[in-house]
Parts: sequence; C-alpha cells; structure tokens
Amino acid sequence: MSKKSNSDLLGLYRTMRRVRTFEERVGELFVRGQTAGSMLHLSIGEESAAVGITAAMKPQDTFTTHHRGHGIFLARGADPNRMMAEIGGKEAGYCHGKGGSMHIADMSLGHLGANAIVGGGIPAVVGAGLSARHKRNNAVSVAFFGDGATGQGVLYESMNMAALWGLPVVFACINNQYGMGTRIDQATANTNLHERAIAFGLNGESVDGLDVEEVAEAARRVVDGARAGKPGFLAVSCYRFYGHARKDKSPYRDAGEEETGRQRDPVAFTRARLIERGLTPEADLDTLDAEIGAEMDATIDFTIAQKEPPLASMFRDVFDPEEPEPEPVRTRLNRVLATE
Amino acid sequence: MPELTYRDALRKALADSMAENPDIILIGEEVGRYGGAYGVTKDLIKEFGPERVIDTPISEPSIVGAAVGAAMTGLRPVAELMYVDFLGMTMDQLANQAAKIRYMFGGQIGVPMVLRTQGGTGRSAGAQHSQSLEAYVMHTPGLRLAMPATVADAYHLLRQALTSPDPVVFIEHKALYTMKEDVDLDAPVPPWGKAAVRRHGKDLVIVTYSRQLHYVMEAAKTLAAKGIEATVIDLRTLNPLDFDTIREHVERVGRAMVVSEGAMTAGVAAELAARISEECFDFLEEPVIRVAGEDIPISVSTGLETGSVPGPQLIAETAGRMLA
Ligand SMILES: Cc1ncc(C[n+]2csc(CCOP(=O)(O)OP(=O)(O)O)c2C)c(N)n1
Ligand SMILES: [Mg+2]
Repeated sequence: MSKKSNSDLLGLYRTMRRVRTFEERVGELFVRGQTAGSMLHLSIGEESAAVGITAAMKPQDTFTTHHRGHGIFLARGADPNRMMAEIGGKEAGYCHGKGGSMHIADMSLGHLGANAIVGGGIPAVVGAGLSARHKRNNAVSVAFFGDGATGQGVLYESMNMAALWGLPVVFACINNQYGMGTRIDQATANTNLHERAIAFGLNGESVDGLDVEEVAEAARRVVDGARAGKPGFLAVSCYRFYGHARKDKSPYRDAGEEETGRQRDPVAFTRARLIERGLTPEADLDTLDAEIGAEMDATIDFTIAQKEPPLASMFRDVFDPEEPEPEPVRTRLNRVLATE
Repeated sequence: MPELTYRDALRKALADSMAENPDIILIGEEVGRYGGAYGVTKDLIKEFGPERVIDTPISEPSIVGAAVGAAMTGLRPVAELMYVDFLGMTMDQLANQAAKIRYMFGGQIGVPMVLRTQGGTGRSAGAQHSQSLEAYVMHTPGLRLAMPATVADAYHLLRQALTSPDPVVFIEHKALYTMKEDVDLDAPVPPWGKAAVRRHGKDLVIVTYSRQLHYVMEAAKTLAAKGIEATVIDLRTLNPLDFDTIREHVERVGRAMVVSEGAMTAGVAAELAARISEECFDFLEEPVIRVAGEDIPISVSTGLETGSVPGPQLIAETAGRMLA
C-alpha cells in the first residue's frame, strides 16, 4: 500500500474529527432539549467509513445514506450549521425542518437523501447508475447502509441489477456489528458480507474500519472499478460506540464488550499515527481539535437562534411549486361550514 | 383495580394468550432480547423461550410472509412490524397472500395471524415513521383491523384478535404506550367488532378511534362547558365495522362528525362519512363533517407535525360551528 503523504492523512484526520465532534454536539443539542425528537443516530466509531469512502468519490458522484448518515454528509462537504438546524427541526435546516436527522439531503452535493427505511435508499443508486450511463457523465453512485440492511431483499435485487447491467454503482455497508439490539451474527449465518456481492458478480471487499487509510484505499479500488463499469461492494467493519438512538442505553451488550469496542477508535488511531509517523506535532493536533470544537459549538448556537418553520409551510413542497398546494382541512371546513 | 399502561396491557394480552395457546409465536425485529422497540414484548423471550419469541433480521416482507405460512400450517403467529410505515414493504404478503388465501382457495384454509404494529404522530419521527395507514388495510377485503384507544381495549382487543380465524392487523398508537388507566380486566367486555359509546349527548355524534378518541373526549368537555353535548363513539375495530351503533346514534341525534388522524382524502373518515350520508340521510340536519389529517406527509418539526393532524381545539371549534 502506498504510504499517504502528511497532508492526505491529516486531511482524513481533520474530517474524521469534524464528524466526531459534530456528532457529540448533536448529543448535546438533544440533552438541551433542542432537537426535533430523539430519533438521532450517531455515527461515533464509524468515522473512517464516511471519510474514507467519500474521499474516493468525485464531485459529480451521487449517494444515498441510511438513518445514521450525519458523518457521511458532513464528510462530503455539508454545512454543519444547516445540518444541525435540520436536526433541530428549524427552517434554516437543509430541508426546512421537514426531514430532520433521518431525512436530510442536498442535491448540490449529490446527496440523494438519507432514509428512515432500512434499505430504502439502496435501489436509487441503480437508477442513478442508469442515469450516469445514459448521460455519460462519468458519475458513480454510492449507497451507504448498515449491516442491518443486508437483511433486506432490495439489496440483493439491486446488486443483481447493477452487476447485470455493469452499472457505476457502489454498495457501501457500514458494519457496526449491530442493527438496534441485534448483533450481526444473530442476523445472518454468513457474516462475510462481501462474499454475497462476489456471488452476484460485483467486486466485493471487506476492510477494517480502524484504519482510515485502508478504508480509503479499498474505497478507491471499488469506486474506480465501478466507474470503469464493474459495480462494487465494500463492507467497513467498525463498532457502534453508543446506543442505537439517543434513548437506547444498549442493555443488550455488556460493559466489557463496549469497552473493547470503543478502543477500536478510528479517530484516536489516526491521531496517534500522525504523531507516531512524525507527520504532525501533537500540539498542532491539539490546536486543530480546539478549532473544530469551536466550529461545532457554533452549530448549537446557530440552531438555537433559528426560527421554527412557519405553520403554512407544511403545505409547501408536497407537489411542484407551480402546482396548487393541497387544501388545508381548515380551509375546507371554513367553506363547508360557512354560515350564509 | 390494577393500574396498567397501554404497553403493559398489550404485553399481558400476549403473555396470557401465549400461556393458554402453545401455538402462538411472536416473530419480528427486536421482539425478543430487546423486548420490542416500544417495550411491548419485554421479557417474553425469558418466559416463552426463543422458539416462540423469534428475533428476525430486518426483512419485513419475509416476516409477514413467514407468518402467513406458519398460520397456514397450524401456528398462530403474531408478526410485528416496528412501524406501520413499513406496511408498504409487506403489502404483497399482507394484501395478496394473507388477505386472499381463504377466498382464492375456495375456503379450504384461513390465515389466523395477527400483524401487530404501531403508527401515528407524536415523536417527531418524520415522514417515514409517523403515518396513519389504516385506510390501506381497511381498503383490503379479507383483513380485520383493530385500533385500540384505551388500556382495557389494548388488552381485550389483542386477546380477541388472537382467537380470530382470519388475519388481523392490529395498529397501536405510539403516543399511547405510556398512558395509564385503572382497569379491571375481569370486567365484562364488548364482543369483538362492537363499538363503544364513550359519552352520551343529544347534540352531535362524533365517531372516532385510536388516539383521536382522547382528543375528541377533551373537545367534548370543552363543548359541554358551552352547553353542547356530544355522543362519542369509539370504533375499536374498523373491520368488522359496527355500523349499527353509528346508525342508531346518528339517527337519534341528527348530526355527525368523523375524526381520524389519517390523511383525509380517501381515508377512513371519508368512508365513514360516505356511509353515514348514504344510510342516515333522512335523519341528518347537515352534511357529515370530516376532521382528519392534512393531505401532506408528516414533518419532523414538532410544530408542523402537530399542526398536520387534528387536535382537541380543531375538533371543538368545528363542532361548535356545526351547532352555531
Ligand atoms: C424497513 C425498516 N425496518 C426497521 C426499521 C427500524 N430500524 C431502524 S434502524 C434499525 C437497525 C438498522 O441497523 P443497521 O442497518 O445495521 O444500521 P445502524 O443502525 O447500525 O447504523 C432498525 C431495525 C426501519 N427504520 N426500517
Ligand atoms: Mg449496524
């Protein structure tokens, strides 16, 4: 494997640290009662997948994510203020408070949408692959999903179509070992997830998510392969550090397991490597971490200061803006109950 | 009388039925070790073991399809869908298989399964986890549909569903799980398919079900303070539909409103309003009024979420205007 230059590894570290800190602030916003609900899924422990794979993508590429997609979106270049505002259900958020954490999207970054339906975002990349082929724009489309989504038939239908038609598509499985309280080996008999992709005729790889350089290398192989016409599948193994969503304390895993799992920390691992290789002095990393801390602190203040979406906005964007909005129940009642 | 939550009552119904009938199995995501996403099946795996309380991969169509097959071969499965929003994923197994097997096969066999799920707004869970999709079920011949609004009904309707010869979709409301009531589970209960009249009044009949019952009762209180007395009918099951009870009260009172959380157009409220208009036309002083969810997806923003479904204020205001 080619050794990455200082700036490459530092860049990967920087993005991973931003993801980690952003997610920590999401947790803080929740504790402060400023999030829209509690269905917030933090990607802490999975940063290398988001960062390593998006690093292999080009600006014209598109992607979908699962419900645990903050990190992927941020790594792709999202504005953390608008992300946090969306998580807070505010008008200034990416989707004006309609989508929230689980349904965030930004077409300008090729983000075709996060999804609260496990597996729901997967087949769209097949369609995006057809578009790319038709428009000859050299775009790859990447579906990010969790290990839990390997239970969904739609994944296999999509992989089969992608392979059959040689589409520029990548299936990126973030294997954090759990789908809610179910450990991967309680959900499938063969946990070598990439093998099933190979069986369908895709390039299939599994990689250890502790090492972001390895993830980035593997992602480059798979994404480049897809761009050249052979779709790929990449499973990144990592550990979900905290509960499934904010209210889950993971009573189904023992403390020892969590402790070991959290030692597999891709952010700390990369930080240590930068120091160990003499690439970046520790003091510089401290400064960088502090800058990122301040940047992400500001997302909280920004979000709290934003307005709730106006009530009338609920009727907007059901259909095209040129079309009439659905009639509000109150409007109909006013008409029907009008006293002559 | 013991104080029970809606969640406890559901759990107890499962436990009591499972103790009586060894053929009852639970199958679904997180129903075992985790105890159910909303805690309904907590510890049932300890009581009945992993052969009867089956944790599955995230594979909704096959969870429902496996329940169909199990029901056809002698078991009485309770399949769980974590959110009613996933109904669409399972619609083939539910609507093309479960609902039609008895009929297509000339009455040779039934599909005695229960599909437990939960729906509705109340958690800022967004467009894909907050819907009220009972109309999909009600529109499918061959399916029974129960939607308990009270703790006692959570228990009794589930117990009754577990003796149904035909597939029952059992939709709980996510905002009711922590609701508490003092209930005497040994008190006599209405038979399966019978609506409950929760309040008697001479001015207006309000027909509703599930969580909206509580909003309607609240509105009825507000109205009573203004001298308007409402009769409130809680349907309990939408299939069978107890139209006799609706007819009896609408004919007596002459005014009807139907309240549902689901989107208004072509929804349950639309069906009820049409039927009341057809069957009770000669007795009605004015059109049947629907108060229902807006024809829009549900937002994650709390303000937009609550604004898109009926609440006590809209119900009371509308009733007041009907009688103005
Ligand atoms: C179709 C569907 N089934 C079930 C759920 C409930 N649910 C949400 S996340 C989740 C676990 C997903 O696990 P995984 O795919 O591994 O993603 P992770 O949460 O670990 O990131 C489940 C069962 C859902 N949202 N959609
Ligand atoms: Mg997982």
